[in-house]
Amino acid sequence: MPGADKEADLTERIEAFLADLKRGGCGTGPIRGSGETARETTALLRKVTAQARWSSAGDLMEIIRKEGRRMTAAQPSETTVGNMVLRVLKIIREEYARSRGSSEETDQQESLHKLLTSGGLSDENFRQHYVHLKANVIEAINELLTELEGTTDNIAMQALEHIHSNEVIMTVGRSRTVEAFLKDAARKRKFHVIVAECAPFCQGHEMATNLSKASIETTVIADAAIFAVMSRVNKVIIGTQTVLANGGLRAVNGTHTVALAARHHSTPLIVCAPMFKLSPQVVITTVVRNRIILSKVNVHCPVFDYVPPELITLFISNIGGNAPSYIYRLMSELYHPEDHDL
Amino acid sequence: RGVPYQTVTLIHQSMVKRLPEHVQVDDPAVVKRLAKKLERQQIPLRSDYGYKVSLFSHLHQYSRKAPLTQLLSIPSTVIHPSIVRLGLQYSQGIVAGSNARSVALLHAFKQVIRDYTTPPNEELSRDLVNKLKPYISFLNQCRPLSASMGNAIKYIKKEISNIPSQCKEEEAKTKLLTCIDRYIEEKIVLAAKAISKYAIEKISDGDVILVYGYSSLVNNILCEAFEKSRKFRVIVVDSRPRLEGREALRRLVQRGISCTYVLISALSYILPEVSKVFLGAHALLANGYVMSRVGTSQIALVARTYNVPVLVCCETYKFCERVQTDSFVSNELDDPDDLMVTRKGKTQLENWQDVSSLGLLNLVYDVTPPDFVDLVITDLGMIPCTSVPVVLRVKNLDQ
Repeated sequence: MPGADKEADLTERIEAFLADLKRGGCGTGPIRGSGETARETTALLRKVTAQARWSSAGDLMEIIRKEGRRMTAAQPSETTVGNMVLRVLKIIREEYARSRGSSEETDQQESLHKLLTSGGLSDENFRQHYVHLKANVIEAINELLTELEGTTDNIAMQALEHIHSNEVIMTVGRSRTVEAFLKDAARKRKFHVIVAECAPFCQGHEMATNLSKASIETTVIADAAIFAVMSRVNKVIIGTQTVLANGGLRAVNGTHTVALAARHHSTPLIVCAPMFKLSPQVVITTVVRNRIILSKVNVHCPVFDYVPPELITLFISNIGGNAPSYIYRLMSELYHPEDHDL
Repeated sequence: RGVPYQTVTLIHQSMVKRLPEHVQVDDPAVVKRLAKKLERQQIPLRSDYGYKVSLFSHLHQYSRKAPLTQLLSIPSTVIHPSIVRLGLQYSQGIVAGSNARSVALLHAFKQVIRDYTTPPNEELSRDLVNKLKPYISFLNQCRPLSASMGNAIKYIKKEISNIPSQCKEEEAKTKLLTCIDRYIEEKIVLAAKAISKYAIEKISDGDVILVYGYSSLVNNILCEAFEKSRKFRVIVVDSRPRLEGREALRRLVQRGISCTYVLISALSYILPEVSKVFLGAHALLANGYVMSRVGTSQIALVARTYNVPVLVCCETYKFCERVQTDSFVSNELDDPDDLMVTRKGKTQLENWQDVSSLGLLNLVYDVTPPDFVDLVITDLGMIPCTSVPVVLRVKNLDQ
């Protein structure tokens, strides 16, 4: 039966994706970048929407939530998966509201008046069936996919607004977004980049070789020399793994030190992060690898650092530049508050 | 009342010194002058290696694979063999750490003095000093002298010039040997004991102490505190490419102290657990800045953010009259090839020399501003960072 085949194929795809996620553990450097993960997640969710059996928006949201929980459980540190699930849920809500005919504004807005008068609980249960809902949702997910494909280019296009000639820019570790950003600026301007290598995995080395191949004047320094050279740095441009709801970052190990050194020298800290990295979480659990060598020695190897929002000057994302204090507002546009806990 | 006239003249005795050669590599006139001097002393000139980052074009950058001794004819007629051995040990990093280097230097000089015979019609006090000059140039070529070594050499030269001319050779040599022994005993060994005594007062039970890299003095303090049954645990912070912290870790664990080991990028993660930071120093500058292994200023910065006290332990013989505000104008560049590393079977920077726009920077020292340091523990007592010029003046008056 074709239906059963499709379902089997779908479950197979999901299982393969989960296995991939589990394998691509953080720290050793993800096997795929987070952009790729986001695209794959969205494509998979589109397939689920197209092939799973559901009759109302509520059912679909339940299915997506279930799959989403499984995917985030496979790799809790890869937050883009959860973010994409939340985006799709929001799309479903919006399309449902549009089908119902009510404007999204009055439904979604959490005004003080609404909170006080309606008793706070939304009585929407998404049970109504609409014929064109499936097609609309799939079309909206396609739009999301196109947006995801263009994020790096959108960010890189803003490079010339932020880098002037003969600047010294510092970056940490390896970020594909920052690499594209700097390469785009290097087409028209000459500047110098200092890359901190980010031990123990030393992803900074790969970043440096890629940048120098694009004829950018690059220097590799050890992590210990970050404060020593910071006095000659004009800007610090970094990527991140996640942007948190309060405007803080969950970035690679060593970023907090860079942020503190930049604050001490009053050097602007610019974070290049696409919108799909924005996560509604505020509390982070540090991922640590512990090993006990010799009977009395603990070795700690934390993978991520928390950087508080007061150390960050600017976020550059595919929708433009924002201050960290505005991130909570952007988040309310991307995700629905009821979905925050999957 | 008022400062007496005599003390005013004493203050002005320390004049502005001439800029040392090793921070003027970008000036061709200075390089030529050095080459001529080395030629006169029959010491080979060491050539720089690899692409130098433009910010540091005024410093030397040597490769460990090309030691100076390859250019020497062995046995050398000009340089004493123990000095040749010492120079090789310095340039290959076998003897590292400012105390170790100073002690090794003094022992090598003792050997030189033992083997020395005054040529006829020469005075020991003048000739021996002239004999030492090419040795010092040679050692400088192998690895730039540290502040502690500079102070030790100044002391020896002064002692030699103070030998009265009627003194017999054997007597003079014994006198010099005892002087050197006394210097090592007083300035290094006893100073370490005094510093340990002061520092142990600052260690309380239940402390979590953070140390960086390998400092012989700080290790000494921790071992003695452990002997005196203080209960504490140690976090050893290490950094690439030298990874000196492993040596410190090994020695502490051997004594039975419970340790944790992290790399410097994990500093923000581990600092909330720490109650005190103990740091060693390479030199203390006259404006209160602490010159130490690269990464120390970072540790002090992050510790200050988390309100953890930072204590620097330094003997007074490392106090230096230079002033410096950043880590650029006077520093040391180590072999850039050390930064290369193989991960997952791939060495990313293997052919870094072939790529014209890629440079590797391997700094050795950095300076920590005095506002990050809470206390300096010296053999004269516990002083704030800003009291360094006071100590220097007191020492000058004593001498």
